[in-house]
Amino acid sequence: MVPISWYLMLAALLFAIGTIGALTRRNGISIFLSIELMLNAANLTLVAYSRQMGDRTGQLIVFFVMAVAAAEAAVGLALFIAVFRSRRTIDVNRLNLMRW
Amino acid sequence: MLELLWLIPILPLAGAAVNGLLGRRLPKALVTAVGVGAPLLSLLVALGCLWEYAHGQFPNDAYDQVLYAWTTGDLSIPVAFLLDRLSAVMLFIVTFVGFWIHVYSAGYMAHEEGYSRYFAYLNLFMSAMLMLVLGNNYLVMFVGWEGVGLCSYLLIGFYYDQPFPPYAGKKAFIVNRVGDFAFLVGMFALFANFGTLNYHDLFTTIATQPGLVTDHYTMGLPLASFVALCFFVGAMGKSAQIPLYVWLPDAMAGPTPVSALIHAATMVTAGVYMVVRSNVIYQLAPGVSQFVAVIGAATAIFAATIAIAQTDIKKVLAYSTVSQLGYMFLAAGLGAYSAALFHVMTHAFFKALLFLGSGSVIHAMGGEQDMSKMGGLKKYLPSTFRTYVIGALAIAGIPPLAGFFSKDEILHAAAANGQWVLWAVGLITAGLTAFYMFRSVFLTFFGSFRGTHEQEHHLHESPPVMTIPLWILAAGAVVAGFVGVPKVLGGIDRFHEWLQPVLFHPGQPEMGAGTEVLLIAIAVIVAAAGIFLAWRAYGGEDGLANERAWAARFPTLHRVLANKYYVDEIYDALIVRPLAVLSRFFWKVVDTYVIDGTINAGAYLTELTGDVGRFSTTGNVRSYALYFFVGVLLLGCWIAFG
Repeated sequence: MVPISWYLMLAALLFAIGTIGALTRRNGISIFLSIELMLNAANLTLVAYSRQMGDRTGQLIVFFVMAVAAAEAAVGLALFIAVFRSRRTIDVNRLNLMRW
Repeated sequence: MLELLWLIPILPLAGAAVNGLLGRRLPKALVTAVGVGAPLLSLLVALGCLWEYAHGQFPNDAYDQVLYAWTTGDLSIPVAFLLDRLSAVMLFIVTFVGFWIHVYSAGYMAHEEGYSRYFAYLNLFMSAMLMLVLGNNYLVMFVGWEGVGLCSYLLIGFYYDQPFPPYAGKKAFIVNRVGDFAFLVGMFALFANFGTLNYHDLFTTIATQPGLVTDHYTMGLPLASFVALCFFVGAMGKSAQIPLYVWLPDAMAGPTPVSALIHAATMVTAGVYMVVRSNVIYQLAPGVSQFVAVIGAATAIFAATIAIAQTDIKKVLAYSTVSQLGYMFLAAGLGAYSAALFHVMTHAFFKALLFLGSGSVIHAMGGEQDMSKMGGLKKYLPSTFRTYVIGALAIAGIPPLAGFFSKDEILHAAAANGQWVLWAVGLITAGLTAFYMFRSVFLTFFGSFRGTHEQEHHLHESPPVMTIPLWILAAGAVVAGFVGVPKVLGGIDRFHEWLQPVLFHPGQPEMGAGTEVLLIAIAVIVAAAGIFLAWRAYGGEDGLANERAWAARFPTLHRVLANKYYVDEIYDALIVRPLAVLSRFFWKVVDTYVIDGTINAGAYLTELTGDVGRFSTTGNVRSYALYFFVGVLLLGCWIAFG
């Protein structure tokens, strides 16, 4: 059986990649995908622990996270479409009107 | 009829409400009908109540009418009216004199702006004054006390478009506040010790257990002395005694009937009424009583000397009022409470008469108040002249007019108590009173006219609506004294006997009949001498010639008297100016730098923080994400290692 540390390391790696992506990408869609990556890293951790401890609550929460992520994706994409229609771009560096 | 007692103060209040709220839209005749009708109804109800009271038997000799419980719990003070022998006298004075002054006002104010406003204020005053005298506890009295103060302020400043009257109104109000504060403190002391402010409960408790007020100390004084002193300071303000008398002469800036009603006949005697009402307490505070007598005598002679040198006819009467109020306090301080109240009554008649007479003169002169521009008016104003002379004879103490009997009782009280200094002061004041009153008579009505031809052309007797009240009050000034004819002159002192049950003191010392007659004779001779001197000095064709000669011979004395001993200037320098400087300091330094400064510093700090902090709001979504990430990282560190 694969020890849990492997899963955790993979999850940490995915989470770090997602974080770096979310902080460095300029394309809105890319940031979005990075956030999905972070969410799934968290899911992986939950599933791993669930398996390790024989408690299915963790898997249950994963379903919740996936449902929320799907809703978030729908709202987020809708927002980006709306932004694109008015600004003809989704480069977040250029979406900086809301400031002092 | 007695169950309608509550109507007496309410009727003028209703009149004030009608004229105050709707008066500007009502026709003038209706305003007059309401303004004069309300006091008339009030007078009729009062007369009915008095008749029934005088012919009935009542528990404690008083009719008590509780209207409703004002407060509940430990502090139980009802709104209740009391008709006893003392309030009966005041009720009669206020409603009777008040009604006739209202009638006179209808003529005097006929051509003035703000006719309905005037009657609204005057009715409101009647209501407050009746509340003051009818209340059965100190708190209801205090409500009336403040009410009359407010109306006094409003009516002094009636001509608000001129600069002086509003100033005089404010002065009256502020000086009265000083006294009112002391009155309040006295009430607190009574309530703290007895848990009630009801006259009957308080006075029977104190009269049966005097130790309660003589053995308990408040601020180093026996409770009785403390309360008596506080109440007297309150009376000083309202009744214009040294050192708080300064507002009354300035109060003459109001319309003349107001001076007659408020600043001569009724409101200013409220202090005397309060002291007489509290006679149980004063009886147990002999030191304070002596103080009251001394202040009264000092005020009497002080104001009388000022009155001699005034040329404004209303100022003469104003200082005369201050002086006569001093007389009343002299009597009250000597324990001759019935004499004090007797003088309140006779004074209400003749001083209201004199003020209304001066109003008639001013009316004829087209607003001129300076006696040096009058003279020889007796052939133009016959009714005014005759009634004014009756009033002057009454105040001078010429028998058998009212002032003679009441003034004699006060002088008698001083002599009978062995207070010969106070007696002498009272006697000299009586002489001065006769002198300055007849000075004003001769300057106004005798000699030749000193005004302009324009004024002479317009001279006319006042209409009957003004002269009838003059004659009514003149009749009062003649006969009011007969209710208190001293025994030695073969009379029965009915007034004294009437009041005896509400006065808890053992009575005045007696003196020999021969001495008493001698003292009366001396008083009459002094008064006659005052009149004679006034005739010698001012009776000539040009009444002012002698005065000018005297002023030239004693310039300093004349200047000091004409300037009222510079008391206003002294108060200005000692109190008003330092207060103004202090206020300026608090305004310019404390308010600007401390209070505003603290708030401005807070605002500046907030702005500074914002100025620095706003650079974090870049508008770039990725920098926000970075803040978020750092925050989460810190939170994680805190959970892991904290």
